[in-house]
Amino acid sequence: MLGIIIRRIFILIPMLALLSMISFLIIQLPPGDYLSSYVMRLESQGLLVDEAEIDRLEQRYGLGQPLATQYFRWIRNFIVNGDLGRSFGSYGSSYDNKPVSDIIMERLPATVIISMVSTIVVWGFAIPIGIYSATHQYSLMDYLSIFIGFIGLAIPNFLFAIIIMWIVFAQTGHAVTGLFSLEFRHAPWSIAKVIDMLKNVWVPVLVLATAGTAGMIRVMRANLLDELNKQYVVTARAKGLSERRLLWKYPVRIAFNPIFSTIGWLLPAMVGGEALVSIILNLQTIGPVLLTAVLRQDMYLAGSIIMILSALTLIGTLISDIALVWLDPRIRYD
Amino acid sequence: MEVPEEATTLAPERFARDIRDASIEYMSRGKLIRLRFWRHRLARLGLPVLSALYLMAIFADFIAPFPADARLKGFKDAPPSVIHFGVDGNSFQPYVYARKRSFHPKTFREVYTEEEDKKFPIHFFVSGESYKILGLFELDLHLFGVDEGANITLFGSDSVSRDLFSRTVIAARVSLFVGLGGVAISFVLGCLIGGISGYIGGIVDEIIQRIIDLLIAIPTLPLWMALSAAIPREWPVSHTYFAITIVLSIVGWTGLARVVRGKLLSLRDLDFVVASKLSGGSDLYIITRHLLPNFASHLIVSLTLAIPVMILGETALSFIGLGMQEPGVSWGVLLQDTMNFGALVHQPWKLIPAVFIIVTVLMFNFVGDGLRDAADPYSL
Repeated sequence: MLGIIIRRIFILIPMLALLSMISFLIIQLPPGDYLSSYVMRLESQGLLVDEAEIDRLEQRYGLGQPLATQYFRWIRNFIVNGDLGRSFGSYGSSYDNKPVSDIIMERLPATVIISMVSTIVVWGFAIPIGIYSATHQYSLMDYLSIFIGFIGLAIPNFLFAIIIMWIVFAQTGHAVTGLFSLEFRHAPWSIAKVIDMLKNVWVPVLVLATAGTAGMIRVMRANLLDELNKQYVVTARAKGLSERRLLWKYPVRIAFNPIFSTIGWLLPAMVGGEALVSIILNLQTIGPVLLTAVLRQDMYLAGSIIMILSALTLIGTLISDIALVWLDPRIRYD
Repeated sequence: MEVPEEATTLAPERFARDIRDASIEYMSRGKLIRLRFWRHRLARLGLPVLSALYLMAIFADFIAPFPADARLKGFKDAPPSVIHFGVDGNSFQPYVYARKRSFHPKTFREVYTEEEDKKFPIHFFVSGESYKILGLFELDLHLFGVDEGANITLFGSDSVSRDLFSRTVIAARVSLFVGLGGVAISFVLGCLIGGISGYIGGIVDEIIQRIIDLLIAIPTLPLWMALSAAIPREWPVSHTYFAITIVLSIVGWTGLARVVRGKLLSLRDLDFVVASKLSGGSDLYIITRHLLPNFASHLIVSLTLAIPVMILGETALSFIGLGMQEPGVSWGVLLQDTMNFGALVHQPWKLIPAVFIIVTVLMFNFVGDGLRDAADPYSL
């Protein structure tokens, strides 16, 4: 067991290094660089751009240098000082150069809140419904959950967000955008602010959780159905175990396995999934920052976010693999 | 890309009874598969609906009364036409009224009123704007239309006076075939790389698997976005379309490669493969003749379920402006109009293309589920 973990961690290191390179490369793919898109943006606003100013910016960011040099400068700073570089200012209204880590920290709370509440909602609904569906196969509830599952699968998240906003707006005239009402947007944290957040957080949570719930009901139901048809269940029943004990003692626990094995993907999937939703709902999360950063080639910002997310996925996968061995002693990795 | 997990299976006991009646022993594998697929009610619904949608996409120019970029003068943000029946004693003859535009005194929004004295019967098989059917023959026939003086907008019109019905029908071409194209490319890549990985094994397998892990670990949407942001804006529609297909399949093949590899690994050391090897079969012969047919059905299931994921991917990309560019249209492009949800309150018809996306994705999942049940007709 310990050997497996050590081996996996050793594989993880070169993979993380590769990932940081890929992240850096991805953001170089679109034509041009940050500076040219910055100049274009200024020109489209009718502003004249000073040649000397461009030279100065080029010097400052090392933009003229080869890609490899830029990459190694960035990654060395990160490893040695924990410094992810500075944003080129694609983010926010003022074109200042905040450190990337500041921007991420600023956006992290809302992202984590929405992701966590959504995950809790998904698990809270999907697992009981999945278990009920599997044990009451072909009942009305089962068909209903299958129906919800398919709908959740078929409606893209961003479309669902638009439809909810449209319905709420048409019914009440209230636009559900942002996590906070206007008066709380810049206020310090207080009980009133939390209450205000709860009034608004349900929309993104509903949107994100519906898709997640739909998928998880399907997985849970299918897993449990597979288990319920196995002989050990028949044996246990024949021996006179009560249905309740029979269900919870083994089949449900085993049905959890595939869910645990994907825990590592939760946060990255949420951030990827919420990006479009957050743009539409005007939420201050990481997703929209990533999108604008990719589009405007703000490379340290975009590269850092992509790298952190991907690294989290890899580490998360490792953790859930280990958790799986611990949960289910039958699983062996060799 | 993740292919959704097993979902619905039809009642095994019910199925068992049915095939016992039809004496299962005498049925071929193909017949069993068809029978089992047909037992899946949702799949039975999905197949004809999908066929209809694809036929609509193929003959889009014929079905659409106008070209995608035609502007109907004076019909900005017009609601869907109301179709009435009964002209000159023929009570089945459909007709529309001419519509008159005025402006709301307070909001200055367009308001359209039907002029009940001007009836315009809907004619079928009328000639209009010419197009090339299947890219081969020049034709100017359209399924329906009305005479000069009125306009028919079945789904209403958009903010620059284009007919939303025509645009939706024509957009189906890109939206529906991007999935097929993307899956075709993913299929080739997935089979090739997954096949090599599973069949050769060892260090090659390890390296390929780690590369796939890496690709999966990169969040899909940003990856798609960065890749499609690299597509030059000035490319013609067909180039852009092709590029997007490739962008979508760059992520898509990994899932298929995993399926192929897993199946190959489990089959590789079975007796019939060893026997073929001993008889002098080459690797390629064994893979194509013995191994591929063995899991072809599972592959088809994975492919079917991968198509809707790609369709949704294209929709999302086009929606944020990174996919198809005007004058190219896809359902995602049409949905850009819904971003302003305030306007939706007054123009809800702009959401109609969304219905097409949802129905298409739903039907693909139905069919995929049915195929999954049918893929292994011997399991009960």
